[in-house]
Amino acid sequence: MSKPQEQPGPLIELRDVNLQYEETWALRNVSFTLNPGETRIIFGAAGSGKTTLLKAAIGLVKVDSGEAKLFGEDITGRKEQELYALRSRAGFLFQEGGLFDSLLVGENVEYPLVNRQIAKHEKPVKAEDLEGYVKETLRFVELEQTYNRFPSELSGGMRRRVGIARAIVTEPPLVLYDSPTAGLDPITANIIMELIAKERDTRNTASLIVTHRYQDGLLMANYRYDAANEELVPVGEEERDDPNRARTKFIVMKEGEIVFRGTRHEIEDSGDAYVKRFVRHEG
Amino acid sequence: MGRVLTTWVGSFQEFLFLAGRAFANIFRAPHYYDDVAIQMDIIGVGSLPIVLLTGFFSGAIIALQMARALNTYGASSEVGSIVSLTLVRELGPVLTALLVAGRNASGIASELGSMKVTEQIDAMRALGTDPLQKLVTPRLTATAVMLPCLTVVADAIGLFGAYLVAVPLLHLLSGGYYWSSSWRALVLNDLAQGLIKPLLFGMIISLIGCFYGLRTTGGTQGVGHATTQAVVSASIWIFVATFLIDKIFVNL
Repeated sequence: MSKPQEQPGPLIELRDVNLQYEETWALRNVSFTLNPGETRIIFGAAGSGKTTLLKAAIGLVKVDSGEAKLFGEDITGRKEQELYALRSRAGFLFQEGGLFDSLLVGENVEYPLVNRQIAKHEKPVKAEDLEGYVKETLRFVELEQTYNRFPSELSGGMRRRVGIARAIVTEPPLVLYDSPTAGLDPITANIIMELIAKERDTRNTASLIVTHRYQDGLLMANYRYDAANEELVPVGEEERDDPNRARTKFIVMKEGEIVFRGTRHEIEDSGDAYVKRFVRHEG
Repeated sequence: MGRVLTTWVGSFQEFLFLAGRAFANIFRAPHYYDDVAIQMDIIGVGSLPIVLLTGFFSGAIIALQMARALNTYGASSEVGSIVSLTLVRELGPVLTALLVAGRNASGIASELGSMKVTEQIDAMRALGTDPLQKLVTPRLTATAVMLPCLTVVADAIGLFGAYLVAVPLLHLLSGGYYWSSSWRALVLNDLAQGLIKPLLFGMIISLIGCFYGLRTTGGTQGVGHATTQAVVSASIWIFVATFLIDKIFVNL
């Protein structure tokens, strides 16, 4: 599979984006940039606009005003049909996995590959090649044995992992994760986050992660996946806390607005009562 | 009252928009031929048993009723032509459409509705697939092709049901006369009506099913609501459409 071309500029760029549902602000003056290889963790109370931010970033919801760019291309005011090709270059994990329940796990993971062929009128890849590639991706999330099973036969955590496999099978430079650990027990949640870190660090994928668990953010900020030893290793303090060097940063949203952005160090030192709600100090 | 009207007009506009896009997609790549074939199987082949059964019995029932009525005028030998006209022009298309509406408008609405509430439609959009292209257009094509076929089958089996009642059971007329009179009764206008109606009904059923499915909100209860609405709406529109087509064809 050929890798989509790396973009020199930001992958996601939102400028003064506003979106209102009747009286409620879903997004209010949101400006935000995500560059290749960066990770952003988004915290916020329920209904604070976290999921809407993710969806607005790839044009799944239309914004009322402001400018949104995906892979450097303006997506505001463009027709839905014109966005499909652009969107397919990013990966997206839905809150509940968003798997197609009438398709087998293997077919679910295969879907983005087949879809790309159909959309680009490419010659169909041989079935066995496709299967091999899908199995390799399923092996990445350690679920190769589920190839011939239906999503409904899997546990919540396994479904989420299949969702990750489907999101990354095209090796996108950008993956958006909507609450990847919501509703999972702590052990399963950790497995999911380790997978996300592994994906980020083996392919240098830019990641946008909505979560309500502070540990998820910590794991992404404090560790990186060492492919040689196949384990997570702690990153240096500078790389973690220096605002100019840190690749993982935190964003806190409140009633549609971004009220905080900064490194792990900065979020833990924040005096703001709302921001503090999302921080749990270690030890 | 004003608000209800505004909502209704708004919904109708959305429906027309969906229908327009679905039709335009027929001529636009990518084409999901596999999905068309699957839907043809579900809608066409899947509906065959129930269409055969109801078709057969409606023919038999018309023959029974007509035999008595025609007997009063001493015209019971005309049972074949009456049955064939009623079936081909009206009952065949409408009954088949109502059955398929009950079976498939609900099926489509609940399938798409469940996909909507479990974020599968959004997932499709996120993966770069147009849900209208992938889900709506194949169902539209499949239903519009299969419903006329099912109607022809229903008409034929209905005529056979009527034959069994009129000839072997009641001995009203000879088999040869039954078949020749029922064939001679039909003119081009009847056949055209009998095929244009199911074509249009097929479009109505699939588009209404898709429309209510795709606008489902509010979890499982929403899916149930969408399903009911789809069947009710499709049935009503089948009658409205049949009335309009009759009005046009009667004047031809």
